[in-house]
Amino acid sequence: MIGADIQILMPEVVLAIYAMGALMAAVYTTKDGMAPLLTWATSGLFVLLAVWIGINGQGTNVAFGGMFVDDAFARFAKITILLSAAAVLLMSEAYMQRRGLLRFEYPLLVALAVVGMMVMVSAGDLMALYMGLELQSLSLYVVAALRRDSVKSTEAGLKYFVLGALSSGLLLYGASLTYGFAGTTLFSGIIAATADGASLGLLFGLVFLLAGFAFKVSAAPFHMWTPDVYEGSPTPVTAFFATAPKVAAMGLFARVVHDAFGGIVGDWQQIVAFLSVVSMFLGAIAAIGQTDIKRLMAYSSIAHMGFALMGLAAGTAFGVQAMLIYMAIYVTMNVGTFAFILGMERDGRPVTNIESLRMYSKRQPLRALAMLVLLFSLAGVPPMVGFFGKFYVLRAAYEGGLAWLAVAGVIASVIGAFYYLRIVYYMYFGEEGEALDGKMNPVLWTFLMASALIMVVGVVNLFGIEPMAAAAAATLVQ
Amino acid sequence: MGNILSLTTFIPLLGAVILALFLRGDDAAAQRNAKWVALLTTITTFIASIFILANFDPANPGFQLVEEREWLLGLQYKMGVDGISVLFVMLTTFLMPLVIAACWDVNDRVKEYMIAFLILETLMLGVFLALDLVLFYLFFEAGLIPMFLIIGIWGGKNRIYASFKFFLYTFLGSVLMLVAMVAMFADAGTTDIPTLMSHPFGTENFSLLGIQIVGGMQTLLWLAFFASFAVKMPMWPVHTWLPDAHVQAPTAGSVVLAAILLKMGGYGFLRFSLPMFPVGSEVMGPFVLWLSAIAIVYTSLVALVQEDMKKLIAYSSVAHMGYVTMGIFAVNQQGVDGAIFQMISHGFISGALFLCVGVIYDRMHTREIEAYGGLVNRMPAYALIFMFFTMANVGLPGTSGFIGEFLTLMGIFQVNTWVAVVATSGVILSAAYALWLYRRVVMGDLIKESLKTIADMTKRERLIFAPLVVMTLLLGVYPALVLDIIGPSVNALVGNYETALATFEAATQFASN
Repeated sequence: MIGADIQILMPEVVLAIYAMGALMAAVYTTKDGMAPLLTWATSGLFVLLAVWIGINGQGTNVAFGGMFVDDAFARFAKITILLSAAAVLLMSEAYMQRRGLLRFEYPLLVALAVVGMMVMVSAGDLMALYMGLELQSLSLYVVAALRRDSVKSTEAGLKYFVLGALSSGLLLYGASLTYGFAGTTLFSGIIAATADGASLGLLFGLVFLLAGFAFKVSAAPFHMWTPDVYEGSPTPVTAFFATAPKVAAMGLFARVVHDAFGGIVGDWQQIVAFLSVVSMFLGAIAAIGQTDIKRLMAYSSIAHMGFALMGLAAGTAFGVQAMLIYMAIYVTMNVGTFAFILGMERDGRPVTNIESLRMYSKRQPLRALAMLVLLFSLAGVPPMVGFFGKFYVLRAAYEGGLAWLAVAGVIASVIGAFYYLRIVYYMYFGEEGEALDGKMNPVLWTFLMASALIMVVGVVNLFGIEPMAAAAAATLVQ
Repeated sequence: MGNILSLTTFIPLLGAVILALFLRGDDAAAQRNAKWVALLTTITTFIASIFILANFDPANPGFQLVEEREWLLGLQYKMGVDGISVLFVMLTTFLMPLVIAACWDVNDRVKEYMIAFLILETLMLGVFLALDLVLFYLFFEAGLIPMFLIIGIWGGKNRIYASFKFFLYTFLGSVLMLVAMVAMFADAGTTDIPTLMSHPFGTENFSLLGIQIVGGMQTLLWLAFFASFAVKMPMWPVHTWLPDAHVQAPTAGSVVLAAILLKMGGYGFLRFSLPMFPVGSEVMGPFVLWLSAIAIVYTSLVALVQEDMKKLIAYSSVAHMGYVTMGIFAVNQQGVDGAIFQMISHGFISGALFLCVGVIYDRMHTREIEAYGGLVNRMPAYALIFMFFTMANVGLPGTSGFIGEFLTLMGIFQVNTWVAVVATSGVILSAAYALWLYRRVVMGDLIKESLKTIADMTKRERLIFAPLVVMTLLLGVYPALVLDIIGPSVNALVGNYETALATFEAATQFASN
């Protein structure tokens, strides 16, 4: 039996063994000398695993008595996670290399974090969920503090750790309450226990669980760590935080509310809708005053999580589909945007001040244009693909009976448009300022252009992700 | 000829792509090439659009030359024209070559400027041709991006404020429409515009936040669409973005804004509000009529005290759009005919007036009325053309401006005499501000030192005005040219509207008995 279970778990096992093996190999050989090779190898492995999961994955397979579920939903989330993590690793290589930040632990910690994320989205049990979540979080805490001689980076790591531990505590408390009142940690058991309504204790458990998840997706009012961690961490790490972990946390969120609490949609719907509306408005309003582009992207991600949660709040299969599409689009946009941010340098030093972009369009018309496309896409202006993400979640919310949430969402998106336009303003209308370096790493350039191109060309058919997301959502919501 | 509509729509985009990919450098030769490519592209588009008109059967009130393709999420890529949209398409393709010719003297980032206008043309044509809600929204909203850049990059001193105001104002209006579209999609299960036109949206009264909504869902949907189109139109009191945008935009940008972009609001009312929400329109109609009447009088008075020529013309545009909304919501043949006619005619006249301002702005670099006076002494040709369009703007019989105003007033008189009375006073006021502007700028002695050397219009400038003069006169003396094309479609629109209302009233009477 165990052999069949391992078979289902194979991608995770391969990645975990690779990470540990590579760790040993690097320690006993040239240590940081192997870092560039490991970075490329790790991203290569990510892509291979994504292809493997994409081609090989069939139907719904359950391992370890329901602890681990491999279904279309998990596969969609895993492919998104793996591909975005691979992209971010490739983008970080040159940047970190030049600043002496590229330690061999970095790609391996990322690999371990990815293992955690893959377990998260496949969890069928509160224990498995927690294992995945902690593996991911612990790796991320270390990565945030990667630049250990920088006060800001250490501060970011510490802040992330303390607040992350608090949220894990909340989540664990919620899990233990749920276990106490449902008598099981298996999602299938919990959903059976809530068949005729949830007891008060289970509701408490649910609320604590959701609070923990909200922290992980950085939804307001549990967002406080986000701007500081984004600003303090080295930029490639920020790019990583903004992409794969968000997908994993949203996937986990969707899995728990539907697989474990799918019977009591009405009970969690209002909480998720609240998180959604608060995140959208907070993200939109707080970003207006930011001068640092990384902090701005932090608030932007809070607002985007609000929109993704809007899809989830609908409580329907279409809502999950909308959320998945939104996350896939969000990740693609963020990879491109961070490729741009990573390329912002003056005399070889990274610059993150928005004002440094003054009249960028005159010196680098093509890159400015790509960024323009990405910004309008982030703002959700058609014909960019970002608009379709918004359209899907709006439709999901409306059909889920949350018309007020849809109206609130579009108003927040208008407020949010302002700060994206402000970047356009600096790039295109501003006065001349001190120039940024003209050179850009070809890898970054490729990712920036590819991402911008996807945002424009995707209008034709979204590259066919719609049926995939629909299939994924259908397995999650019966 | 099967996909002439898509072809026409995307020719400008193709031109833009060619410019972007194949034109290098920013020297004088490259700039000239960029202008020529843009001009040829817009002329090609105009020629293609002539084929649309040639294949268009005015007697058929339905959608013609329809193209249909599956898109995502159950949406469609669907294009088509009817009597209401075909002339807006022609207006757009007719004006764009003139717009490109009008920016021949621009020399800052010319290639990008031309690309922005070409993309804008594609998006404008798409708005008038789209037969799918979301496709319409896509074109409608996307037009904001190039216009935002045109104002922001090539605009005047205060361009940043104006461009942000323009973008955020119109964006806020349209996102509410997006929610309404989502609601319609959910209710009817399709985004196909012809199907939605015959879909009965709910009319049962219900209360929302303690307010009784008469006309129920239709009124709410109507209001959401109104938020978008009223801002775009623009209607008083949400017109304040327009004067700012106009003053700061470069001449060509102003022309496009006044002549075409504003028409999208009126087109939207005709395409969505009236046929899809007849009950909502009936409930909210008087409200729109009074807003229009206020707009006509108020903005005419505001225009009187302006010191900036472009601002004056911008306010005059708002007043003229007041006639349009009034005519549309009179919902009778004369009113709607007049509204469409007024929009077409205003496209020529306001475009020409902004070009007139552009002519002297290019020479003196100021738009202050104070800075001019006595231009007739040095610029006789200019004085003549400006005179002609001033008179057209006032609505002198023989020009197209008269027909539009007269028809809308006739339409409204049958519906609400008081609104007609208030609106008619606007005709007098418009004569006041337009003639006074003309007197201050053109008449009198040439006493200002700076104007002593001003030169008359060049050959290029005269060539730009010639087609506009011809069209204004032609439509003024032979309005059937337009009315024959729009007539059957408008007739069907008004007929369907009245049938829908009669059904609704019969149903409510049945319910109350």
